[in-house]
Amino acid sequence: MNKERKPKAVFIEGAISAEFIGNSIAKHQTKTTIGAHDIFLGQVRADIIDGKTIKAIEYTAYEDMANEKFHEIREATFEKFNLTCMHIYHSLGKVNAGEICLFVFVSSPRRVEVFNAIEYLVNTIKEQVPIFGKEIFEDQSHQWKVNS
Amino acid sequence: MILTIKYFGMLAEVTECAEETITFSESTVSELLKMLLAKYPALEKKEFQVAQNQTLVSEDAQILNSEIVLLPPFAGG
Repeated sequence: MNKERKPKAVFIEGAISAEFIGNSIAKHQTKTTIGAHDIFLGQVRADIIDGKTIKAIEYTAYEDMANEKFHEIREATFEKFNLTCMHIYHSLGKVNAGEICLFVFVSSPRRVEVFNAIEYLVNTIKEQVPIFGKEIFEDQSHQWKVNS
Repeated sequence: MILTIKYFGMLAEVTECAEETITFSESTVSELLKMLLAKYPALEKKEFQVAQNQTLVSEDAQILNSEIVLLPPFAGG
């Protein structure tokens, strides 16, 4: 295995399953310098807009730039905080209301670092990564997601 | 110069294409935008940013790459 930090695959087709998240946690049991994990899960909300309910979000991305940005954000976060490891996964394609579309996982010897790192990471991802969400209503009409 | 212009999200709905090639004889991003707005007047009402070499650029930037990308507001997470 090459130890140099190469850009890691972030995008997953469709929703991120509870099994995937559980397995990811289990894989850290061998890393015994870790004393604290923090996890952020973004879930698709069934917002009601003008009487219509959002059924799913279909994600697309300018993947070349998004992968580059994820790599930059990863490196910057490792610089800023004392982390043992970091994992970021984001969905592409259709994710139904109630399903997970973003999974961010940071680990450190101490808790303060992970609390700060997770907030920085999630905010920076939302701000800087070219990902777009088409919010699809029950009647198949749609609108474009705007982050607030 | 021949440029490939890519459109994402709601912008691709306005242009009715995800990408196209155009012949461009001027030099800056703002000159390119003027041309695109003339072709797609509905873009005027949309909020977007421009990327070149996978980096956001300002309107006075020079066009140096053959691929220019128009990006609507980011909505990850």
